[in-house]
Amino acid sequence: MPKLSPTMEEGQISRWVKNEGDAFEANETLAEVDTDKATMEMTALSGGTLLKILKGAGDTAALGEAIAIIGKAGEDISALLSEASSNGKKETAAATKPAGEKASEPKAQPVSTDGAAVATAPEPKPTPTPVQPSEGGRMIVSPIAARMAADNGVDLRSISGSGPNGRVIKRDIEEALAGGAKPAVAKAFTPSTIVGASPFRDESTSKMRQVIAGRLAESIGPIPTFYLTVEIEMDNLFATRKQINANLDDDAKISVNDIIVKAAAMSLLKHPWVNASYQDKTVRFYEQADIGVAVAIDEGLITPVVRGANLKGLAEISGEIKDLAAKAKAKKLQPEEYTGATFSISNLGMMGIKEFTAIINPPEAAIIAIGGANPTPVVRDGQITVRSIMNVTMSCDHRAIDGATGARFLQTFKQMLESPAMMLL
Amino acid sequence: MATLTIRDALNQALREEIIRDENVFVMGEEVAEYDGAYKVTRGLWKEFGDKRVVDTPITELGFAAVGVGAAMAGLRPVIEFMTWNFSILAADQIINHAAKMLYMSGGQFKMPIVFRGPNGSAYQVSSQHSQALEAFYANFPGLKVVMPSTSADAKGLLKSAIRDDNPVMFLEQERMYGLKGEVPEDEDFTIPLGVADIKREGTDCTIVARSMTVPLALQAADKIKEELDVSVEVIDPRTIKPLDIDTIVNSVKKTNRLVIAEESHYFASVGAEISHTVMEHAFDYLDAPVKRISTAEAPNPYAKNLEALALPDVDKIIAAVKEVCYL
Repeated sequence: MPKLSPTMEEGQISRWVKNEGDAFEANETLAEVDTDKATMEMTALSGGTLLKILKGAGDTAALGEAIAIIGKAGEDISALLSEASSNGKKETAAATKPAGEKASEPKAQPVSTDGAAVATAPEPKPTPTPVQPSEGGRMIVSPIAARMAADNGVDLRSISGSGPNGRVIKRDIEEALAGGAKPAVAKAFTPSTIVGASPFRDESTSKMRQVIAGRLAESIGPIPTFYLTVEIEMDNLFATRKQINANLDDDAKISVNDIIVKAAAMSLLKHPWVNASYQDKTVRFYEQADIGVAVAIDEGLITPVVRGANLKGLAEISGEIKDLAAKAKAKKLQPEEYTGATFSISNLGMMGIKEFTAIINPPEAAIIAIGGANPTPVVRDGQITVRSIMNVTMSCDHRAIDGATGARFLQTFKQMLESPAMMLL
Repeated sequence: MATLTIRDALNQALREEIIRDENVFVMGEEVAEYDGAYKVTRGLWKEFGDKRVVDTPITELGFAAVGVGAAMAGLRPVIEFMTWNFSILAADQIINHAAKMLYMSGGQFKMPIVFRGPNGSAYQVSSQHSQALEAFYANFPGLKVVMPSTSADAKGLLKSAIRDDNPVMFLEQERMYGLKGEVPEDEDFTIPLGVADIKREGTDCTIVARSMTVPLALQAADKIKEELDVSVEVIDPRTIKPLDIDTIVNSVKKTNRLVIAEESHYFASVGAEISHTVMEHAFDYLDAPVKRISTAEAPNPYAKNLEALALPDVDKIIAAVKEVCYL
């Protein structure tokens, strides 16, 4: 990776202009590279043939790191390849996170091949215990600890280092291995729902998004949060709810909150950046909406998760929330039932709160705070009239969600609650 | 096995080599009639006479040069410096002549000479008489540097040094001449140059020590084992040049932590060399930065309390082990 701007330290391959096997002349463009400043053309210093691409589009490479092998057509490059791959191995040792997570990806597949839903224990995501902060967010790991973590597939970010300046040392890895940092996955557990944790795909973050993330995080702590508030007219929803509940037994009645969960889940699927998680070099997009619902309990607060709320009907969501809330109050919730949401909802409306801001539950990108729906004088068609107005405030992780992105999500959400029939679409 | 002091083990080595090879002779200040300033050559003049044990005037550069000439002529001189501090006067002969002779003569002249004497601190002999000079000599290609820490090593290594065809700097320690240890009685007992010795096996931390710091490291290891149940391995390279880096690297690969204890000053020391080489060969095995215990960066003080503070000791070594073990 050549230095294409005075301040660049790494570059991301935007695209390869030449393909493997293509011959080129000096000064011809080989690839386009996203630097911290702009997309730059990487030109050949001399003529030759592009023999092997080592870093494809979307991959990031540090200055001086091998991104391709050039030479004469037909030249033996096996030695260079093995050198490059052994360097690559060291790279993975330094950053085990992506490797570790990729490995867990297939396990998160909830649906069997014949199309029938299967019961799969949701994959508990590695809890992102904040890494001991060091300057510039760099992790400090002793060489032997880094190697042991790589050899054993331990996510270094899940470990807090006990050495000076938070250095992760051999003892920390040994303790993590002894404590079985990962084996929790294997625990036998029958979920209350037929849907497992959301499958996801990780997409490389663009240079621009990385710069936005870096600048904003520098300004406001690790999660640069901003807030968007919207007023939602609830009268139609109340009417719809009344119609539904008229035909239901008392213990099966649908609550407003159940409908809010459903509406949020449906909206999330239309706005993938909100149903996401910022992961430094990648943004993780979830394919279903696993909604964490904040429940107050004696000791504090817990957010049981309604998995795949976008796939479920109101009755199912309602039953599930009742069940989870009861378990939460009885302190019977399993870790799999309260971790790994993709988005959260906190509702203090029933406590008389008009509006408030909630704190994001990382690594989720957003949470919405639901206030009470109160009769409020509003102007409609030039007339003052009374409507039930509910204030909703969304807290957004600006590293993933920009103001307009969040606003568009809230528009959809508002639309669904104001015209509940939209949820049928 | 016989139990001997290091002083007597060295004396035995000299005596056996004088008998074994008629080309071997000992030369230096007070080595003959006075039996040596530290009595290492005791009885040799009486037994072998003026030709094999030669007293010199106080002229280090002169008798070092006589030794170099004798070695060129085919003899095997053992030149004693009353202390290595005085070798600085003879440094031109050692560095410019002994170290270069084989190379600059195109292999025509071998240089089978041993320079020996006490190195490092003694008891309150102050700045000019307390220097540890191993790093100085180890820096020059052509010189071998040996530093024994036990009676057996002293004898076996001195015999190998005398039989070696290259100039060997043989650095003893005045504080250690009276230390006793078992020595094999076999007259052909030698220890090859360039082979380290694991003085104590352990699993959690390696200490590389030499000369005076070897007994300190062993005491520290015992205390740490008792108090903190940390198992320390103590390695004595015995020969500083050529250095047996493999034994050290293999130990660090096992323990992941390294402390180097040395009596010389810190800057550009042999410990710095070892630390760097370990970083090159075992970087991926380290769990903590390598820690060095050296003598304070100051001329060695005369005052007893200050001298004690300046020199390495058991407590400083224990503190270093605890640091690299994150205890």
